[in-house]
Amino acid sequence: MTILTGIIYPLVMTGIAQAGFHSKSNGSLILRDGKIIGSGLIGQKFDSTIYFWSRPSAIGYNPIPSSGSNYGPTSDTLRKQVNARRMSFASANSLTDELSVPKEMIFASGSGLDPHISPEAALMQVDRVIKARHFDNTKKEILLKKINDLTEQPQYLLFGEKRLNVLLLNIELDKI
Amino acid sequence: MNEAIQLIIFLMLLVILSPLLGKYMAKVFMGEKHIMLPVFGWLEKSVYKVSGIKSDEEMNWKTYTYGVLLFNLFGFIFLFLLQIFQSYLPLNTEKLPNVSWHLAFNTAMSFTTNTNWQSYGGENTLSYFVQMLGLTVQNFVSAATGIAVVLALIRGLTRKTTDSLGNFWADMTRSVLYVLLPLAIILTILLVGQGAVQTLSHYVKATTLQGTEQVIPLGPAASQIAIKQLGTNGGGFFNANSSHPFENPTPFSNLLEMFSLIIISAGLVFTFGYYMKSKRQARAIFIAMFVLFAIGIAISLWSEYSHNNVLNVSGAMEGKETRFGVMNSVLWSVTTTVTSNGSVNAMHDSLSPLSGLVAMFNLMLGEIIFGGVGSGLYGIIIFILLTVFIAGLMVGRTPEYLGKKVEAYEMKMTILAILAPSVVIKLFSAIACSVPAGLSSLNNAGPHGLSEILYAFSSAAGNNGSAFGGLNANTVFYNVMIGLGMLIGRFGIIVPVMAIAGSMAKKKITPVSSGTFRTDNWLFVMLLIGVILIVGGLTFFPPLALGPIVEHFLMNLGVAF
Repeated sequence: MTILTGIIYPLVMTGIAQAGFHSKSNGSLILRDGKIIGSGLIGQKFDSTIYFWSRPSAIGYNPIPSSGSNYGPTSDTLRKQVNARRMSFASANSLTDELSVPKEMIFASGSGLDPHISPEAALMQVDRVIKARHFDNTKKEILLKKINDLTEQPQYLLFGEKRLNVLLLNIELDKI
Repeated sequence: MNEAIQLIIFLMLLVILSPLLGKYMAKVFMGEKHIMLPVFGWLEKSVYKVSGIKSDEEMNWKTYTYGVLLFNLFGFIFLFLLQIFQSYLPLNTEKLPNVSWHLAFNTAMSFTTNTNWQSYGGENTLSYFVQMLGLTVQNFVSAATGIAVVLALIRGLTRKTTDSLGNFWADMTRSVLYVLLPLAIILTILLVGQGAVQTLSHYVKATTLQGTEQVIPLGPAASQIAIKQLGTNGGGFFNANSSHPFENPTPFSNLLEMFSLIIISAGLVFTFGYYMKSKRQARAIFIAMFVLFAIGIAISLWSEYSHNNVLNVSGAMEGKETRFGVMNSVLWSVTTTVTSNGSVNAMHDSLSPLSGLVAMFNLMLGEIIFGGVGSGLYGIIIFILLTVFIAGLMVGRTPEYLGKKVEAYEMKMTILAILAPSVVIKLFSAIACSVPAGLSSLNNAGPHGLSEILYAFSSAAGNNGSAFGGLNANTVFYNVMIGLGMLIGRFGIIVPVMAIAGSMAKKKITPVSSGTFRTDNWLFVMLLIGVILIVGGLTFFPPLALGPIVEHFLMNLGVAF
């Protein structure tokens, strides 16, 4: 039984996965100029003004080990963090209303590796990114189109939320 | 709107598919012809041949229990040794050191008892070898043990004037080969198709766009995730469990995983119906479970979407993933705690106080609303016996269930099975609250700190394995205490359940008459729900009032800790 479920089962599954879904089963890795720059499923830390920011992470997007903050709903530490994140996101992106900062941008994810943000959170950052990169209006149009193209709708029209993969967006951004 | 549709789809799938799976499992365990027989039949025969099992040899309750205990003892020792010697074993691609004795004890206990409490970290603690040969194997066999025990109980209730309860080794082998393994294979492939990793390669080093180094952990994850969901185990391949993008990459994988963690437990209720030759009886149990499940979902969703005055936000996203959103995170938290699965796709520690309470209360009830694979059904049968006993007292007749008299001996065992986990939760929590070793592990202050401790022991006693993860449980104190809690919570129920099975099997079946107290109508469903809530409520209201309930009111006042 041990041999069957502990060796044969995982190895056969690995074989099928490697043959049928080679990229996915190996972590959906993304290459640029022959170098691995990340995984399409694992978020990265973005805090530079020339990039779209990702969500806050309790582990700073260092995946060993993955974790959330585990702060409770009445945690004073979390309250301070949330207020600080609201303030910094609003001021960096010239928002007048701090309470309009999208929820995922003020709270850390469960895995600490969440690759997504909402399309709203991306659109709020467009002006800052354009300014930092000195983009003209044509480039801005291209960027807005890319945001639109990269926005993932709920899967099969039903499941989950609208979302945008920050790493994929920033890779496209670098190409403009 | 979209949230409501997703919720309805999930519940409909449960209602429609569990009777079908139940029917299939009935065929498997009653020895009839079924579709997997031509596929794995040869394997079953060779397993018996290699291990010298005589599959048609009937066992009495003592031999059966002895088989259960012996098998689990060996599983425990094997997993313990694998961990403390992992650095000398193959497939340790990241050169991880040997696991400490107390963590190895905790993890071995955790996986043999189908709890899968995560004191270990996954990607930074255990090698691929231990994950495969240790954890994956126990995921299968601990779930199969649960099924075997409930089969023995079912036979005890439905056979008459006999000692024989079936053959433990055959029940276990069939559970693995015909139920768990085929479903796990399908689920693995679906998950890999969504992006879950399944490889034996080394971790990968990436240089991020901003120029820092990121080590990306890999491993044979999908095959383990599939069985950890199906077998209501719940121990993650990675530390962040099913919130990790490699474990649960998409909203669709989320639905698959959430569904697979409840379907076998729900199906077994209908399997029981085939043994009883009464679909009505099974339906009554299913409805009672479903109602309790729905109430939990409703309260939890309401609480999570309500305004948090401390953080000034409704539907907080702390500990949640963007791709799942609030609804799927809350639905998972209820589903994983009514079953004894315990995997998470959002951090329960960061849920709103009453959502946390729902999760915790589900654990405290003893994992009987669908519950663990096998263990959920024998758990609720215990409550059914209590209900018919109370109803019997009210009308002044000897209580009966399925035509069998419920007498003093059965009630003693029933009470033992109900009390064992309660004692663990309250006594162990009290100890942890009064010693420095217990308090120094807390991540949150105020009432939420009490909730962290209470949740940990509820999770252990209910063999759930989910956590208020802020509690630093990888200490000698918590590893040992929680390990013992899991042991009592598992076998403190299995042994009395087997004793009931043994004594019930000996009794004769009284034919149904007009005086029989019916256990297949709405009156009984309401009575059963009432007994479950009253027993659970009376036992646990005081500590819950001091933890999540007071936190809820303080949150509304905007008080932070």
